[in-house]
Amino acid sequence: MIKKDNYSEYVKKKTKNSPLAKNCLWAFLVGGAICTVGQLILNGIKKLGVSPEDAKIWLPIILVFLGALFTGFGLYDSLAKRAGAGTIIPITGFSNSIVSSAMEFKKEGFILGVGAKMFTIAGPVLVYGTMAGVVYGIIRYIVMMIWG
Amino acid sequence: MEEKIGQQTLRLNTPVYVISHGNCVSAFEEDGPLKGRFDTVVEDEYFGEKTFELAEVKLQKTAITNALEHAGLKIGDLGLVTGGDLLNQCIASGYSMRDSGVPFVGLYGACSTMALSTCMATLAICSGFTKFAGALTSSHFCSAERQFRYPLEYGGQRPPSAQHTVTGSGAVILSAEKKSKLRVSELTLGRIVDFDVTDINNMGGAMAPAAMDTLTAFFTDTHSKPDDYDLIVTGDLGQYGSDILRDIMRQNGLPLGDNYNDCGLMIYDRERQDAHAGGSGCGCSASVLTSYILPEMELGNLKNVLFMATGALMSPTSVMQNQSIPAIAHLVHFVREDGSL
Amino acid sequence: MEYLNAFWVGGLICVIGQILIDKTALTPARIVVFYVTGGVILTALGIYQPIVEYAGAGATVPLTGFGYCIAKGVETALCDRGILGAFTGGFTAAAGGVAAAIVFGYIFALIFNPKSH
Repeated sequence: MIKKDNYSEYVKKKTKNSPLAKNCLWAFLVGGAICTVGQLILNGIKKLGVSPEDAKIWLPIILVFLGALFTGFGLYDSLAKRAGAGTIIPITGFSNSIVSSAMEFKKEGFILGVGAKMFTIAGPVLVYGTMAGVVYGIIRYIVMMIWG
Repeated sequence: MEEKIGQQTLRLNTPVYVISHGNCVSAFEEDGPLKGRFDTVVEDEYFGEKTFELAEVKLQKTAITNALEHAGLKIGDLGLVTGGDLLNQCIASGYSMRDSGVPFVGLYGACSTMALSTCMATLAICSGFTKFAGALTSSHFCSAERQFRYPLEYGGQRPPSAQHTVTGSGAVILSAEKKSKLRVSELTLGRIVDFDVTDINNMGGAMAPAAMDTLTAFFTDTHSKPDDYDLIVTGDLGQYGSDILRDIMRQNGLPLGDNYNDCGLMIYDRERQDAHAGGSGCGCSASVLTSYILPEMELGNLKNVLFMATGALMSPTSVMQNQSIPAIAHLVHFVREDGSL
Repeated sequence: MEYLNAFWVGGLICVIGQILIDKTALTPARIVVFYVTGGVILTALGIYQPIVEYAGAGATVPLTGFGYCIAKGVETALCDRGILGAFTGGFTAAAGGVAAAIVFGYIFALIFNPKSH
């Protein structure tokens, strides 16, 4: 007997689930590929004479640019449809979320549209990443003070 | 004099006729099973406008212009237009009717708006407020995505239960004065029903209980059953919502047979088009009503149709506040009369 | 060899995310928050450094790597500036990627329009 209190479970049972195995395979292949491209870029710029320290900073910048480029041309979301986490988890996904928002909200102007809404999706990453860093820093400092 | 029967249904003893209809959809809808049936098809989602919102305004203007042309009327001949859409503050409807000079009643029924606006336009005619009324609604995939979900170019993955918002507008013109073969026989206004569904990716599942509630009220009020009708349609329950509706109606002792269908399943070919669980949005039921249901009734292929559109009354804010999804369904009983007029 | 390591470790980190997307009610927005925060915590516990050494870009490209970058930046800044480093270190380390995202986001918004395909 389907009633209000068991309705949500009943709906879950009736609804087709995402194809987990297929999604995981795509996520693995595309995510892995993006990381491998990252490794290629890293090695490539070191060969060009960039120091390992600077290369570590160049890599996210270059990947962010590539993610932005693919997003601008409308290709990132077509890939992401299949790749799921394979395109969301790498830093190119972070770039895609910012660029897609910037593109979308351009219609509302460059200050209040692009400027304010660029971070509607990526904002939490920056907030929680920064907070985690600060909390870690304070704890580490206290630990260093106590135990030298 | 109109007669209230049961709890939620009004029987129209004075006929209100459906004198014309009009619509406008995008190429994606034209690519579906109803190809060739639409009045106007737009190739580009911007419809030549600067923004998606303005494109949706143009969809509405085109739909109602088509309906007026088919009726041989001008916009000024209407005494009232009722309409609504999915956008915040219903701007597609407000802006499309801005220059009309016609009294306008804006409504929000989410995806139930086609049935709701038809009911309200009918009531306006019954009350004597006007002799000619228009009912109008629309939805646009791009304007809905950017408001309810994500930017278009965002790389998100949608589950199988998600639906594709129809880019389309539908308009119906009703009159007590000018006659036609199609009329509104009864209308049932729904109650809000909430079965604690919180999954916004499964609108069909969230709305099915409201569909059951209104359909049951109609059958109870009119002392009829599903088999009495040529066609019973829901607006956009999609694949899973319509399966669920069949189950819960059967459990209620009112099983739906082969004469039941869902506009969200009729508008897209889910095998060929990327529409997941089917079409959704106010424009879904509106475009199927005006391109298939009413034309088939005019041809005499359907004589007795229950048109019920369902809407989910949540907002992005209520979802983020972890509220469940309340839904509502409104119903219009269209009949065709064969006798000479 | 290092390319193979980058591939399978990066791929695996993404698969965990895919399982979370398909099997739980967590939205991608919440999952990426767990990833970046998780990256900071795993680095703080000394667990992530060996993974970075083994997999290179396979560990730094996913968002856990962003958390790693923030945590490492904090550690360096603590040495240089004391407690102030807790506030400046994370931002400084992430600055390159974030500034790039803002700049390229803006430029591409100027050039391109969204389409629904």
